[in-house]
Amino acid sequence: MTEVIAGALIAAGILFYLAGSIGLLRLPDIYCRLHALTKADNLGLGLLVAGLVLLTDDLRVALKLILIWLLVLAASAAGAHLIAGQARRGEGP
Amino acid sequence: MDGIALILLDALLILVLLGLAWATLESRDPRRGVVLFIAFGLVLALAWARLAAPDVALAEAAIGAGLSGALLLAALRDEPEAGHDPSEPEPATPAKRRLPGLTNWAVGVLCLGLGLVVTWAFVDTLSGADPERLAGQVMARLGESGVSNPVTAVLLNFRGYDTLLELAVLLAALLGILALGPERGGYAPAGPVLAGLGRWLVPVLILTGGYLLWVGAHAPGGAFQAGAVLAAAGVILRLAGYRTAGLPQGLALRALSLAGVAVFLAVGLALLVAGRPFLGFPPAWAGTLILVIESAATLAIGATLALAFIGGRPAAWDSPEQRRALNPTQVHNQP
Amino acid sequence: MTTALLYGLAGIGLAALGLRGSLAQVSLLRRLLALNLMGSGVFLMLGAVAYRGPGLSPDPVPQALVLTGIVVAVSATALALALGRRLRETPDRD
Repeated sequence: MTEVIAGALIAAGILFYLAGSIGLLRLPDIYCRLHALTKADNLGLGLLVAGLVLLTDDLRVALKLILIWLLVLAASAAGAHLIAGQARRGEGP
Repeated sequence: MDGIALILLDALLILVLLGLAWATLESRDPRRGVVLFIAFGLVLALAWARLAAPDVALAEAAIGAGLSGALLLAALRDEPEAGHDPSEPEPATPAKRRLPGLTNWAVGVLCLGLGLVVTWAFVDTLSGADPERLAGQVMARLGESGVSNPVTAVLLNFRGYDTLLELAVLLAALLGILALGPERGGYAPAGPVLAGLGRWLVPVLILTGGYLLWVGAHAPGGAFQAGAVLAAAGVILRLAGYRTAGLPQGLALRALSLAGVAVFLAVGLALLVAGRPFLGFPPAWAGTLILVIESAATLAIGATLALAFIGGRPAAWDSPEQRRALNPTQVHNQP
Repeated sequence: MTTALLYGLAGIGLAALGLRGSLAQVSLLRRLLALNLMGSGVFLMLGAVAYRGPGLSPDPVPQALVLTGIVVAVSATALALALGRRLRETPDRD
């Protein structure tokens, strides 16, 4: 049962990644692309991590996985902010 | 035999790798080329994970993609025209970026021919009888090495000479960078977002570096990965406006840069004095000695790579007293 | 052996691509990128030789060589970038 739930979570996570990647490729400007990429991928990674946490028996591994998610959340939020700020000042493509 | 799904995954990874490599070299905008190169490094880290090489995957992601990318982007930043590589005199047009037609063609044929010959040799090697490998010897004597991660055992014990000389190469590169001129201009103090990120990410990175160093004895990790993570903390500090990238000044900085080679040599020479071969660790002490060497190497690698990001002789290379002696009128303030 | 073969061939492809780039490109930065790609290709070949199939422990010696190589590659890149900057700042370039 756990494995089925974990599989469903991972599959849902991959779906969000797919949506984020399509957004990155298809959306018209940098702000829309950032929006699609960071939001969809953060949620996708969260679902992936939730699925993997269910699959592991080791509490330490589970905590490390959650830590990775938190680090990516912070880094991608800050990164998106910096890229958008740079783009608004007209210094980047 | 691997499952068909895994073979498909491998094929997909390889296609993405080759595509990214091609795009890196063919992109017109050098900045785009560098970003594609970083993406290439991250996909390569996945490939290393597939090849059962987690130590290499960590190093590739942290050093090959992360720090190389940071160095290349920093080099692009202080070029006169953002986005244009000034060693190209004209705006990039395909004709200008290339050698003349015939030479270009000859180079292509030469590289293709070389690739085919190497392919022949490689397939020949793989399809031959499984040769005598060093792996058997490593595994047989892993118990005497002081660590249980075979890669760390090879790096720090069985082939310690290689790693000592590698640290010497790193030091030589650092000396070259320091000799080539003063540091690049620093960055403006960061806004609240980057400053806030740095404030809690840098301690986490230092903790992660220590963890990677410690865990390298029995699991993927070690001095190189840990040093790269420390250097990443330095890169974040510098981007957030701290000119020194968190490095100490004067003598302490010199000592830090030398620490890896110096401690490695000192341990080796002390063993000679004790009647052992150079770097021939006694099994009972091997674990401790490896940890001592790796700790020093981690600090040295972190400092060296952070100095490489600074891109020249930093203002902090001389202590405040030396600076005042050199330039008494200018009072230097750290941001 | 399929996995080792696939990644080995990919490594050879990358090395050839990188070699061609490092010879045929004009700009310093692209040459550096090409050299790095070539290095990655050689590392991948070594990694493919080290790989011995799923479930088997790989050969640690080539993997340690690759780790060493990655660090040497980044230090060479850093030195080359510093040299390039010095070259650019030197007035008489030719």
